[in-house]
Amino acid sequence: MLNFLTRRLIVAFLVAATVMTLAFVLTRLSGDLATSIAGANATQADIEAIRKAYGLDRPVLTQFFDWVGRALTGDLGNSYFFQTRVSTLIAERMPVTLTLGVTGLVIALFVSIPLGILAAVREGTSFDRAVQMVALLGQAMPSFWLGLLLMITFGLQLGWLPISGTGSWQNFVMPGVVLAFSAIPALTRLTRAGMIQAMGSDYIRTARAKGLSRASILLKHALRNAAIPVVAIAAVQLGFMLGGSIVIEQVFALHGVGFLAWESIAKNDFPVVQAVVLVLAVIYVALTMVADLMNAVLDPRLRV
Amino acid sequence: MSALLEVEQLEVGFGSRTSAVRGTSLTVERGETHCLVGESGCGKSVTALAIMNLLARGGYRRARRLSFQGNDLLKLDDRGMARLRGNAMAMIFQEPMTSLNPAYTVGSQMTEVLRRHKGASQRAATDRAADLLARVGITAPGLRLGQFPHQLSGGLRQRVMIAMALMCDPQLLIADEPTTALDVTVQAQILRLLAELQRDLGLGMLLITHDLGIVARVATRVSVMYAGEVVESAATAQLFADPKHPYTQGLLRCVPVPGKQRQDEPLGSIPGTVPRIDPGFEGCGFRERCTFADASCAHAVPQQTAAPGHDYLCRLAP
Repeated sequence: MLNFLTRRLIVAFLVAATVMTLAFVLTRLSGDLATSIAGANATQADIEAIRKAYGLDRPVLTQFFDWVGRALTGDLGNSYFFQTRVSTLIAERMPVTLTLGVTGLVIALFVSIPLGILAAVREGTSFDRAVQMVALLGQAMPSFWLGLLLMITFGLQLGWLPISGTGSWQNFVMPGVVLAFSAIPALTRLTRAGMIQAMGSDYIRTARAKGLSRASILLKHALRNAAIPVVAIAAVQLGFMLGGSIVIEQVFALHGVGFLAWESIAKNDFPVVQAVVLVLAVIYVALTMVADLMNAVLDPRLRV
Repeated sequence: MSALLEVEQLEVGFGSRTSAVRGTSLTVERGETHCLVGESGCGKSVTALAIMNLLARGGYRRARRLSFQGNDLLKLDDRGMARLRGNAMAMIFQEPMTSLNPAYTVGSQMTEVLRRHKGASQRAATDRAADLLARVGITAPGLRLGQFPHQLSGGLRQRVMIAMALMCDPQLLIADEPTTALDVTVQAQILRLLAELQRDLGLGMLLITHDLGIVARVATRVSVMYAGEVVESAATAQLFADPKHPYTQGLLRCVPVPGKQRQDEPLGSIPGTVPRIDPGFEGCGFRERCTFADASCAHAVPQQTAAPGHDYLCRLAP
């Protein structure tokens, strides 16, 4: 178990280091930062002043290691636009994004696991085919478009839910559903496939030969094994949702990390962009580790 | 008193294309071991699964009579059948490596049977499981109860399966080739164990095998299956001494007997393979491979009695 943890930690560290490098390089590749910060009407002198003020005149490697060194101590630098510390900005916005992501995941799991089980139990029936059809449609539907459709129907026409802002839990219902919709197809299919495989296995025949109840056979013996890949993908999906919330937060005007990233890209506030990419990547890596650990809990064969 | 298990004219099919079992009859008395023998694909396992109503999806069964302790199993719904399975009738399978759930400990899988059928407490069930593990020859049962299947060898897993089948003191144990997947030394141990348990607990056992050596050692009665039919059924000694059906005779010629065989005499074999039996098939399933076959074998074959309790399905005179 300790071995398992150490291996995963080393991999996680390497991934984080790679992401830091990429985030840094990509912001540099988008053009001369000093010029774009200064804006269209700036004089050459303004640009030079900005270059000096932000330390952009130093060699690139010096800038990189300076940033990495500070990031390791938790100092992500200052935002050019908001004139505050980036870490404060992200900490302020993170609750909104996390609430949105977790809402989306919970909705996705509550929909896709029962659907997947039912489809597996009724494999080959019209119900099963309908579920697969819906899953296909869901996968093909762009989330901003679904978001707008929901807004028009439930927000404007029916007036049941607020269409923007973060005032109450109701604000998270529609964006949560939209976010969940992106994860439901994969999770449903995975549950269905896992259940079909489990139900055809020898240990399920044994469970039936033991005279166990149908509920016990399905939920205790089959689902436990079918859940192993679902858990892994669910954790990864949560990572996607947190990253993918850039679009949804924009559509529903939720001021989370995704919204912050959007603003910062538009304003060339590159310390914020770098930091958001880094933070989301670290969360993603952490979630992958959580998935591995949960797999080890669910599958005793992995606990070596 | 009625027999423990009575099967009459059992038919099993999958979809509309193949019939796996066509008119099998057999009886298991209390306290006896009834061996069902035959080569791969002749319908032995399917017969066992049909008795337990465990056929895979798409399989159907029909029978003139299927009764256990005098109760008609054909009339039971899924729930009624589930009350019997693992309780009064238990089954162990050919694949010990995959028949236990990898996600649960041995103890958890064993105790749930007793808790379900007898409403036992977890503590009582754990005690019973430990006793039975010891009974099937597993040392340190306390340790094993907390282990997962992947931590056990194939032989140990099969012992766990046997112990698990015995949790509720079944009257009937159906064992479907329980030693096929194990290596030879372990095979002998498991067989000896089954024979011992059968004797000590007074179990009725339906043992499915293709190994005539096993049959000779443990069986009270033998039914020989071929292409979905029982072609000959007799008490063990009677069958080995005086096989009537050409298929049985062929099978027995395939078994080496130390001392009886001359060095230069080749061991017998039956040419050909088991035919695919489609619905509507008439006559003897063995006729393609039988040296005695003639045109009349393509019609319905009479069941004949060679001696009391020794029946066979062939037109040849006793």
